[in-house]
Amino acid sequence: MSDKPFDKSQDKPKFAMYWAASCGGCEISVLNIGEKILDVDANFEPVFWPVAMDAKYKDVEAMEDGSILLTLWNGGIRTDENEHLAHLLRKKSKILVAFGSCATEGCIPGLANLSPVEEIFATAYHTISTDNPNNIHPVPSFEVPEGTLTIPTLKPVLKTLAQVVDVDYYMPGCPPEPHQIAAVIDLVIQVVQGKAQLPPKGSYIGCGNSTVCDECARARNVKTITAFKRIQEVAPLDPNICILEQGVPCNGPATRSGCNARCPKVGAQCIGCYGPAEGVLDYGSRLITAFASVVDAKEPAEIEAILDGIPDPTGQFYRFNLADSMLRASTAAWKKNGH
Amino acid sequence: MTMQRISIDPITRLEGHGKIDIFLDDKGDVANSYFQIPELRGFERFCVGRPIEEMALLTNRICGVCPEAHHMAASKAADAVYKVDPPRTAKMLRELLYMAFYATDHTTHFYALGGPDFIVGPDAPVAERNILGVIHKVGLEIGGKVIQMRKYGHETVEIIGGRKVHPATSIPGGITKILSEEERVEIEKMGRWAIDFALFSLQALKDIVLANKTYLDLIVGDVYTHKTYYMGLVDENNKVNFYDGKVRVVDPDGKEYCKYEPKDYMKHIAEHVEPWTYLKFPYLKNVGWKGFADGKDSGVYMATPLSRLNASDGMATPKAQEAYEEMYATLGGKPVHQRLAIHWARLVELLYASERWVELVTDPEITSPNVHRVPTEVPTEGVGIVEAPRGTLTHHYWTDERGVVTKANLIVGTTNNYAPIQMSTNKAARNLIKGGVVNEGLLNMVEMAFRAYDPCFGCATHSLPGQMPLEITIRTEDGEVVDVVKQFVD
Repeated sequence: MSDKPFDKSQDKPKFAMYWAASCGGCEISVLNIGEKILDVDANFEPVFWPVAMDAKYKDVEAMEDGSILLTLWNGGIRTDENEHLAHLLRKKSKILVAFGSCATEGCIPGLANLSPVEEIFATAYHTISTDNPNNIHPVPSFEVPEGTLTIPTLKPVLKTLAQVVDVDYYMPGCPPEPHQIAAVIDLVIQVVQGKAQLPPKGSYIGCGNSTVCDECARARNVKTITAFKRIQEVAPLDPNICILEQGVPCNGPATRSGCNARCPKVGAQCIGCYGPAEGVLDYGSRLITAFASVVDAKEPAEIEAILDGIPDPTGQFYRFNLADSMLRASTAAWKKNGH
Repeated sequence: MTMQRISIDPITRLEGHGKIDIFLDDKGDVANSYFQIPELRGFERFCVGRPIEEMALLTNRICGVCPEAHHMAASKAADAVYKVDPPRTAKMLRELLYMAFYATDHTTHFYALGGPDFIVGPDAPVAERNILGVIHKVGLEIGGKVIQMRKYGHETVEIIGGRKVHPATSIPGGITKILSEEERVEIEKMGRWAIDFALFSLQALKDIVLANKTYLDLIVGDVYTHKTYYMGLVDENNKVNFYDGKVRVVDPDGKEYCKYEPKDYMKHIAEHVEPWTYLKFPYLKNVGWKGFADGKDSGVYMATPLSRLNASDGMATPKAQEAYEEMYATLGGKPVHQRLAIHWARLVELLYASERWVELVTDPEITSPNVHRVPTEVPTEGVGIVEAPRGTLTHHYWTDERGVVTKANLIVGTTNNYAPIQMSTNKAARNLIKGGVVNEGLLNMVEMAFRAYDPCFGCATHSLPGQMPLEITIRTEDGEVVDVVKQFVD
């Protein structure tokens, strides 16, 4: 990224948005900014945005390096095609933003890193309703009577955008909330107009720098618990008291703020979609510490018994950020990745 | 003459979202075509080991366009796993959220994607065949209405589900959200507006599309006709239902072929695997997989708005029922095989979803605090089925005694239509490519075949409303380019 991300003497700055291995929810969330989308149109020239317009891959290749001011990239890197395009858009973009949970931390599709690709295939193409007596799996290149058909190859593990290319900014959330997207668009427009400065490279944007708990209106009474409960065992929860203090594992204490604590507001626990809070090195460790602080037990055996109330520790502590955590993948999947 | 290959690459192919290869024989006629889906994320694998109540949260992330459908199917499967019947209010709140989502989703498709072909015209300049062209044709205020409809739908989803995308409140045994009277009033206002919007949309279809003989001929013509089985969820009166009921399948003559409880889906549906694509091909198990073929002897079925109407005896709300009757009267009775009528059926469903929205939100029990029943049975196994906008959606989970998933099976909306889409592609290609000459019209004709089924190509490809850029390159076997035909591509 250069110090001068745009040249005012030129036309409107160029904008791109791309999706890799994602669900499309990030794009829907951008559409949900409503009339703000007109500001994007007024201030930028979209040059590559498959959801909304028709520029082609080869048009991107033909662009000068660094000619796109801003690229919002959503989706993880699951296939060799995703990886190729990540490198291409990095080269063409001045500012590359990892947009949404998949790009920043792997999100739910990152849980696939718990299994080697062979296991994923063995599951998907042998489910109970699949009729596959000849053990057929999709292959990258296949000869049909008329010629050769090709499809992309799945990488051994899913990677975040920053694990593949240099990233300038991170915008967390699954998906990022529309009001946050609108705020970031406002900021970039101000930067373009010379009225504001870009934050330091590597910053998290479109989010807060504390935790979901700090945004949550529920009262914390420093009450301790003697057992963890599943939400279906205790719902509906008391609407005014901290969910964790009601015994339901809530990821608020380790999760970055920015969503306005939407899920706790409607009686559901935070599941951590905004990723680790500012300064948290390991999300799972931070969360375990937070959980331990409400547990009313002194003996290790007692504590262990209480923690047994969490049926899926891997999912609980690394649900959205496994691919970007220190764990990254299961040993089996990691070995296939050549490590 | 050497064998030629035509690759139709929607721009999304480059992101791994779908591509078609058409092969020509030595006369230059179509020998075969292949629609490939180049992506797999592996949800059925990594759902294993996770708690059952998280399925409604994790599987949302299969598709951010229709997360509500996965949220509902997974919650219903979780209810079944615990053999718990949620209180009436909980079920109504789930369905209310779902109706608001449906109205929004169908609106987006009709105006931004499917509609342009008819409202602006299939032979209009490509630059006008888009949402802006629609606005130009029917008036500026319609653009505002479409935005308003989307906004109302998402706001209702957010009030009940907590978030506009990836709702969070549905849990085994019910829902975590209790609706306040203030919120109820707001949602009712939006629902009543949606009914008017749906009626307006149907009138626009009549005035602009049906009154035009060229368009009507296109709808009832042969190019987009396939006689297959049709699937849809129905209530106890065989009326269309999106949230609950039994799956009914009618044969190509419109006769009931089977009707099953969600838990019995495996007796009726199987999936076929091909090595050249990541997506599977579901078919009717008891008819059998006979390849990509029409007719009663082929297990291929369709699951779309039109198939839901074909598979039902009508709509459960009065205005939608009128619209249903009018559609079949105009198109010559049931079943309708012409794929382009899917757009019309979508608007009938938009009206039903809006009417049902108001029915639910005006029910005296909708604000009851009785929104959850604590499961008491040991969790084992369960199936949940809803109608996603793009087809019947099946979630099936097995758990251990703690309710941790040990196995998962998902048959996702769009996947149902994979075989029919492959067939339509073939048919459009065969009609338009003769003697090695590609008719310029192929591009939009093929594009229309996609759009009718599933403009979004849903959970499989994530193509969203907008123009579908296509470029057809005709090459010799050696790779030499003979001709290039483009649309929406500079």
